[in-house]
Amino acid sequence: MSQLLKIEDLDAFYGDFQALFEISFEMAEAETVALVGANGAGKSTFLKCLTGLLPTRGQRILYRGNNIAGVPAFKIARQGIAMSPEGRRLFPSLSVKENLMLGANVGRKGQWDLAAVQALFPILEEKRDIPATLLSGGQQQMVAIGRALMSNPALLLLDEVSLGLAPVIVRDIYAALPKIRTGGTAVLLVEQDIGMAMQVSDRMYCFQEGHVSLQGVSADMTRDMISTAYFGREKEVQ
Amino acid sequence: MEWINAIVQGILLGGLYALFAAGLSLMFGVMRFVNLAHGDFIVAGAFGALLLVESLGLHPLLTLVIVLPVMAAFGYVGQRLVLNRVVGRDILPSILVTFGFSVILQNLMLEQFSADSQRLSAGALDTASFGIGSLSIGAVPLLMFGAAVAVLGGLNWFFGHTNTGRLLRATSDDGEIIGLMGADRRHLFAIATALASAVVAIAGVLMAVKTNFDPSAGPIRLLFAFEAVIIGGLGSLWGTLAGGIILGVAQGIGAQIDPGLQILAGHIVFLIILVVRPQGLFPKQKG
Ligand SMILES: Nc1ncnc2c1ncn2[C@@H]1O[C@H](COP(=O)(O)OP(=O)(O)OP(=O)(O)O)[C@@H](O)[C@H]1O
Ligand SMILES: [Mg+2]
Repeated sequence: MSQLLKIEDLDAFYGDFQALFEISFEMAEAETVALVGANGAGKSTFLKCLTGLLPTRGQRILYRGNNIAGVPAFKIARQGIAMSPEGRRLFPSLSVKENLMLGANVGRKGQWDLAAVQALFPILEEKRDIPATLLSGGQQQMVAIGRALMSNPALLLLDEVSLGLAPVIVRDIYAALPKIRTGGTAVLLVEQDIGMAMQVSDRMYCFQEGHVSLQGVSADMTRDMISTAYFGREKEVQ
Repeated sequence: MEWINAIVQGILLGGLYALFAAGLSLMFGVMRFVNLAHGDFIVAGAFGALLLVESLGLHPLLTLVIVLPVMAAFGYVGQRLVLNRVVGRDILPSILVTFGFSVILQNLMLEQFSADSQRLSAGALDTASFGIGSLSIGAVPLLMFGAAVAVLGGLNWFFGHTNTGRLLRATSDDGEIIGLMGADRRHLFAIATALASAVVAIAGVLMAVKTNFDPSAGPIRLLFAFEAVIIGGLGSLWGTLAGGIILGVAQGIGAQIDPGLQILAGHIVFLIILVVRPQGLFPKQKG
């Protein structure tokens, strides 16, 4: 399979504070990769680097062979990386439909448009004219995912889509994943629920204090290995 | 009857104040940016009209055909080249820079036009008026008010029904992630400033016809604009119109009590509202 992302020795900083250390990371087209790790391990920081929300100037983030490190976020979005950010970050003064329409502003053609997203999450059609942040947590999460899909991404980043949601709702949201993948969209998901992460992903990475502590094929992983990687020494599974 | 007249005139004047306020509120709303040179830009618009009236013999209101696009373009370019460098979490750099603009602009206008008080004549419009009962409503104040409603209504429509309008509202909500929507924040900021500058141009030209102005007339306009925004509540254009009207009516009633009280009455109402309802009368709804 052809390569979608290749990253070597990525560092990230918030001012003087270093949040990521020499991260090396790879992803193939249409692959689903899960990223796990304890609170503060640097998962969201990593996604912010990929989308250009955090400066990475002078480093190497190869996306389909082009270095996108230091490229402004809006151009990266136009090249096909979309994100449902941590905390969803919906626009409160915009309705559900308007939030979704903004995703289409990225201007990429493909299978996802308003009708397709509403078919994926039918509740969003019913609630289309309601301010997005008045919806329930699960519905808000659907808007955030839908908004990202509206840009017809080649790579979809999902940052903790199940956070704070009831198990039934989480199941509903993850039920959408296969449909998202059928279009050839690669998915990189950050997930606190290790069981869920192992189940839906092809490969996994575990971060620990800004370092990659474990990576490998999800089916080859055991919970023990992952638990150790959350807090313990570096390991590798191939 | 005098009182009713004072109130009606106050309402109409409020339209002009709402126009002063709209640009300020728009820039603050989209980029949390306080433009201290706002009043001076309004006065610059008035002087621009003066220049065109004198050199081309245009009717003052027609000068808008030139003043508006020039100011909008200036706003766009100024935002991209200068102001985008100072917007950010810290509001202090933007305050310092626009304060500098204010001083420079006032001095340039003083140099160019002297300190004399100016006024533009709109010809027959100046004296035209309509009688409603025993009230007499001047054509110019009415035009001002109509322009305010049209401009605010137009902006409201733009924000509600266009893709750029949606992007600007989203930027106001959470500008940090607007890049994820494939939009360049620097460009959106510049669009907001261009829109604000277009409104400033309209306000400046109307002001030139309505009242006397001189190079030092900016800061008090900034103050009126600021008061109207705070009274109305940030983030709602109709709130801004209401804020302008309340300010205008307060001034009208003050002037009716004693001509010296006009400005003070406006400040007092502003202070009362600031204390009683600091979020303003019509703040933006939070989801
Ligand atoms: N805006 C910020 N400014 C300063 N430090 C930050 C900022 N955001 C995150 N950090 C720090 O960077 C480190 C990594 O944070 P990050 O949010 O990437 O972790 P995470 O793995 O996503 O954690 P969580 O599971 O809690 O979301 C943490 O130590 C955090 O305190
Ligand atoms: Mg996180």
